[in-house]
Amino acid sequence: MRDRLSFRHGVHPPERKELTAGAPIRRMPFPEEIVLPLRQHTGKPARLLAKPGDRVERGDKVAESDGFVSVPIHASAAGTVKDIGWWPHPDGSMAEAVRITVDRFSPQIPRPRIIPRWEGLTPDQVVQAVQRAGVVGLGGGAFPTHVKLLPPEGVAVDTLIVNGAECEPYLTTDHRIMVEYPERVHFGIRVMMHTLGVGRAIIGVEKNKPDAIEALRETLPDDLNVGVQGLTVKYPQGYEKMLIEALTGREVPSGKLPMHIGVVVQNVGSIACIAEVFETGLPLIERVVTVTGPGVRRPSNLIVPVGSKLRELLEFCGGLRKDATEIVFGGPMMGASQPDLDAPIIKGTTGVVVLTEKESRRRRTYPCIRCGSCLDACPVFVNPSLLGLLAQAGRFEEMEEANLADCMLCGCCSYVCPSNIPLSQMFALAKAGAKRRKQQAA
Amino acid sequence: MNPAAVLTSVAILGGVGLTFGTLIALAHRKLKVWEDPRVDAVTDLLPGVNCGACGFAGCRAFAEAAVGGDMVPAECTVLGRMEVEEVAAFLGVDAGEATKRVARLLCAGGSDVAGPRAHYHGIESCAAAVAVGGGGKACAWGCVGLADCVVACTFDAMVMNGVDLPVVDPDKCTACNDCVEACPLDLFELMPLEQKLIVQCKSLLQGEAATAACSVACDACGRCAVDAAPALIEMRSGLAVIDYTKNELADPSAGARCPTGAIVWVEGAQFAIDAMAPREAFARRPEMAGSEVA
Repeated sequence: MRDRLSFRHGVHPPERKELTAGAPIRRMPFPEEIVLPLRQHTGKPARLLAKPGDRVERGDKVAESDGFVSVPIHASAAGTVKDIGWWPHPDGSMAEAVRITVDRFSPQIPRPRIIPRWEGLTPDQVVQAVQRAGVVGLGGGAFPTHVKLLPPEGVAVDTLIVNGAECEPYLTTDHRIMVEYPERVHFGIRVMMHTLGVGRAIIGVEKNKPDAIEALRETLPDDLNVGVQGLTVKYPQGYEKMLIEALTGREVPSGKLPMHIGVVVQNVGSIACIAEVFETGLPLIERVVTVTGPGVRRPSNLIVPVGSKLRELLEFCGGLRKDATEIVFGGPMMGASQPDLDAPIIKGTTGVVVLTEKESRRRRTYPCIRCGSCLDACPVFVNPSLLGLLAQAGRFEEMEEANLADCMLCGCCSYVCPSNIPLSQMFALAKAGAKRRKQQAA
Repeated sequence: MNPAAVLTSVAILGGVGLTFGTLIALAHRKLKVWEDPRVDAVTDLLPGVNCGACGFAGCRAFAEAAVGGDMVPAECTVLGRMEVEEVAAFLGVDAGEATKRVARLLCAGGSDVAGPRAHYHGIESCAAAVAVGGGGKACAWGCVGLADCVVACTFDAMVMNGVDLPVVDPDKCTACNDCVEACPLDLFELMPLEQKLIVQCKSLLQGEAATAACSVACDACGRCAVDAAPALIEMRSGLAVIDYTKNELADPSAGARCPTGAIVWVEGAQFAIDAMAPREAFARRPEMAGSEVA
């Protein structure tokens, strides 16, 4: 192995993880109402099952998966279905959601359930169990996890990579999971290796989390080939293609998936979640969320029922400071600014970052001076400068020819641009336009 | 310098030129494709903006269709009546009738009635705002107000008014579809001028949830559906939907009891241009003299 594990290009934003890196995960009390949007994962939204007035227990299904690339949604607290209607979604739009009034006197004990014994299950059965539990990628993408567990015919997977890089500034969700539940991570890896039939697993952790690396190394199982690798601290180290390059030296070809070069990447949060499914039988109904940033009074790492409103989280963390100006779901690099305090925490929400005027100040945009800084920063080797100029001219079809599809909107180009050009937003706009054109053509 | 060499090269080049020139001239004669000369003439009479409102790729394609008798000249929505007659007289055909269509905005939520929910800082474009989580208005279905449609309009038929709503001038609008494509929220619809009863709202919210976001939203009370002619208006998923196949039954009384003013009877432009600067600009234009923008 090379001694400095990393990828080419990328940027070094201030990490700002010290706010919550040492804060143990706490459980947030159940809110009065939870809101579960049907669209929480990549792929087809879930199909509604619940009716207004239904009594649901914690862990009961309120929506069923609709197709293979889709997962069910479960009630994260016991209560009564109040209403099914439109509710603000963290992506800024309105989405259909199930609103549940939480029963204040319920002990919140899930119904007795059968805990699947993974050893006796075939890979297909494990995949089904994972889908039934509604597990999605908890690193932010919210891609249904079971889809990655079932490589198509003719694709051989030899390595499982566990993503503990957590390169976004501020966030410490995965960090705390690795420090506090290393055995659970290893158990999840065991189940995954069994399902995928791979002999090797590597956990990649950025070197700014030495306590996580140590915790994972101390609990390494003796009978499996699992390694823990420290990675250079650089953004976007946690993007799966970058992580694969850093750990295996392989490069994912443009337009292909990691599977095609024999690798499956899973986030540590998802792995711990799978472990929970096979330990307790509970589906994905709660997740770890970092609430942090200079604009919040008590930055914390919380276990939050999925569907809790942003407002409740902020209240639990002592409320906003006076100078708070912007609230972002996810990290500051790729996260989405929230226009509504009623937006619920969904399965893919990794953190809540509250920024102040100092961080969110808008700078004046100047013309592109063709300095090439963005080219040196872009981890996927597209030409952000060219793409930006094309976007300004409205030549969106040409942007697609210039490999817009490879861009994952990491924001490195916007971060380094000395002219403060909002390149990343331009690409988001172009991608949305391309999607719209495709839908219209279909 | 050798004069003979100069002469030789001149002769060779001249000879080559002459040979190929003759070949081209012969090919031009032999392979000539006959084209109706009227197509060129009609193309010259057409506006030449290639807007596509007629459904053809451009003015020349429309000219070919008009010469071939597939389209009547009036189908060009950009030409005035006089110019249409001119084309018809040239082709010796009837000018024909075409329904005048204009772009209608299915939202009346100006910044005076639709409340804000957040400040949007970013690229000043509706599409960009929608791509990163919507603009600043509380209603997720409503007009963002950053004027992508005005930028897209080929005919300068739109201006943003003082409350950030695009005002379409029905006289200038040619129903070319540019604004329909530009709007990221699909708020524009091309409608015949005689469709005067319009539900200016796309919010799927109902009741107080709808009016909390915008005071002119359709709150799905259903009064218009009761008041209007039978089966003209139907309540469908939180919105009043007008069946325009029964348009002749429509009259202004359908909106009389609307508590929010979401359903309106439109004559001329939809919104007032109450900001001063654009209105003066309109009044100064000679072609606007006499036509009233309500």
